[in-house]
Amino acid sequence: MTSKSQILKLYKTLLRESQKFPSYNYRKYSLRMIHDAFQENKNMTDRVLISAQIQEATRNLDIIKRQVVLGQMYSTEKLIIENVFDKV
Amino acid sequence: MPSLRTTATEHKCVLDSCRALEAEGFKITYLPVGSNGIISLEELEKAITPETSLVSVMTVNNEIGVKQPISDIGALCRDRKVFFHTDAAQAVGKIPLDVQSMKIDLMSISGHKIYGPKGIGAVYVRRRPRVRIEPLQSGGGQERGIRSGTVPAPLVVGLGEACDISQKQMAYDHTYIKKLSQRLLDQICSSLSHVIRNGDPIQTYPGCINLSFAFVEGESLLMALKDVALSSGSACTSASLEPSYVLRAIGTDEDLAHSSIRFGIGRFTTIEEVDYTVKKCIYHVTRLREMSPLWEMVQEGELI
Repeated sequence: MTSKSQILKLYKTLLRESQKFPSYNYRKYSLRMIHDAFQENKNMTDRVLISAQIQEATRNLDIIKRQVVLGQMYSTEKLIIENVFDKV
Repeated sequence: MPSLRTTATEHKCVLDSCRALEAEGFKITYLPVGSNGIISLEELEKAITPETSLVSVMTVNNEIGVKQPISDIGALCRDRKVFFHTDAAQAVGKIPLDVQSMKIDLMSISGHKIYGPKGIGAVYVRRRPRVRIEPLQSGGGQERGIRSGTVPAPLVVGLGEACDISQKQMAYDHTYIKKLSQRLLDQICSSLSHVIRNGDPIQTYPGCINLSFAFVEGESLLMALKDVALSSGSACTSASLEPSYVLRAIGTDEDLAHSSIRFGIGRFTTIEEVDYTVKKCIYHVTRLREMSPLWEMVQEGELI
């Protein structure tokens, strides 16, 4: 039985783990996807569909955790876009 | 001797292969494209003769992003009983493709173009009506003699997963990329004059924009934009100092061809990256133009 707080917790965990990506592009992509996917499905009422989405989210959480670890092992320098304060 | 029909704007790998076939005695016709980069169906129809065995037209062009009328070409080829091959490397996973409805007989797929691993690709070969192909190399005779050698399983799984993800994300990615693409174009065109878009603005894939900045030298602009991964032309022609043959095929003036930049936007591109690129682009184009005597003449109304 999934509650609103459980889903919210999953959402926040996904975001928190995604922040750990050393790669700028993967990090931004992950954050955007999580936000957009949860936003799109926020009015879902069908229990079966909701549970399928939660399964998918949990699977993706595992992927994020794995890829974060790999990325941290082989990280590179920060991109110029990560250091820009409005200079050309 | 059988003959082939292809376009002048194909990827270099196709054009080079055609050249090799010509050396073996095949007759190849390189059909011209319009100024918008799209092939004329009437021209293609006229070019198909009883000796024609294959037509090869790429789905999405890698330099200017134009989409060729694949369904129409497929229908024409099926009607004339000619095999139809399409290089779909830039199209797979980005726009919907259906080999049945588009009557495609052979399709080239590239793994790394759809965020899969490098070093893997695939070719779709139609079964009905049967397309018979000869193996690239002889050896163990796997897959009924077509593919001797061992398939790199990890890479293949990567390609499969990449395709699966692309299928699920196609609509979402397309909306996102179109938004970024429009943003880039709107910002550049509202701040700079004399900017020409190479290739049809409608029959195009939004993730590939090719712009020419008049009165600016392309290599100088590329060097100024060194923080951004851009290109004038494509990777396979980067060693050459000549302007792109694709731009030449669409009739671009030599000066404008030299001052062209290709902007590639993909699944992982961010809005910040687009804004940064636009800002730098506007700044450097303006700066380089100020150094150009031709630009001065244009400003004073002495040139058109």
